[in-house]
Amino acid sequence: MTPLHLCLLISSGLFCIGLTGALARSNTILVLLGIELMLNAANLNFIAFWRFGPAPSPANGMIFVLFAIAVAAAEAAVGLALIIAVYRHQKNIRLQEANTLRG
Amino acid sequence: MTFALISIAIIMLGSAAAAMLLRNLIHSALLLILSWASVAAFYLWAGAEFAAFAQILVYVGAISMVVLFAVLLTRQNQVADVVIEPASRQRATTALTVGACLAGILTAAVVASQFPAAALTAPATTVKLIGLELMYRHGAALLIIGVILTVALIGATLLAATEAKRNPEDAP
Repeated sequence: MTPLHLCLLISSGLFCIGLTGALARSNTILVLLGIELMLNAANLNFIAFWRFGPAPSPANGMIFVLFAIAVAAAEAAVGLALIIAVYRHQKNIRLQEANTLRG
Repeated sequence: MTFALISIAIIMLGSAAAAMLLRNLIHSALLLILSWASVAAFYLWAGAEFAAFAQILVYVGAISMVVLFAVLLTRQNQVADVVIEPASRQRATTALTVGACLAGILTAAVVASQFPAAALTAPATTVKLIGLELMYRHGAALLIIGVILTVALIGATLLAATEAKRNPEDAP
């Protein structure tokens, strides 16, 4: 098993933990953090392929990771602001309670 | 080298799994910070120092603070949280099944695939090279990411800001 296989297995594990957490938990903050874990797993893959890929380009993988981190930071800021706004209306951050717009 | 990778992976996956299992939100947030720090350790291990320091600055430094503030601002009584309803238990079972199936599929796919031989050393990436690449080849993307961050932060402030109660006597 090459290091690339090992890195991909690790990032698959991290992705699955994030997915399970995002689907299972009813606390909105933990759902958002599960999504952040999945983004981190994708970044791990970028770095793994940049380092162990067949013809590594000097900086492409790393620049991809930098942009992904910036987008993830924006997403986290907006998500947590949304959670605070929902909490102010509902006094609760459970996902099941925020069903006012349900059809 | 592999030993270091495996110990980083154990810390990363263990703390992430524990964070998703625990009921105390503060403990979950702190464990996730540990998990993000070990992701940065993985970047260091792979030779991507700049990405590692960006990860530490953004995740361990900034996002963790935002998460902790959100946890503290949306704090509620602990009694209501202890009761586990059957619906949420059923959802947890479904989520575990989905996660386990996906893990199996991904593991099988990764193990079955053949990759070309890896380069022996990490690509030589200096900070100067990253700066030149960002400014020349990816200049447009850098501008767009700046606009996205600005708009997102203004939007977050607008969403989270409380509306100030206007006193009618103060109005001109």
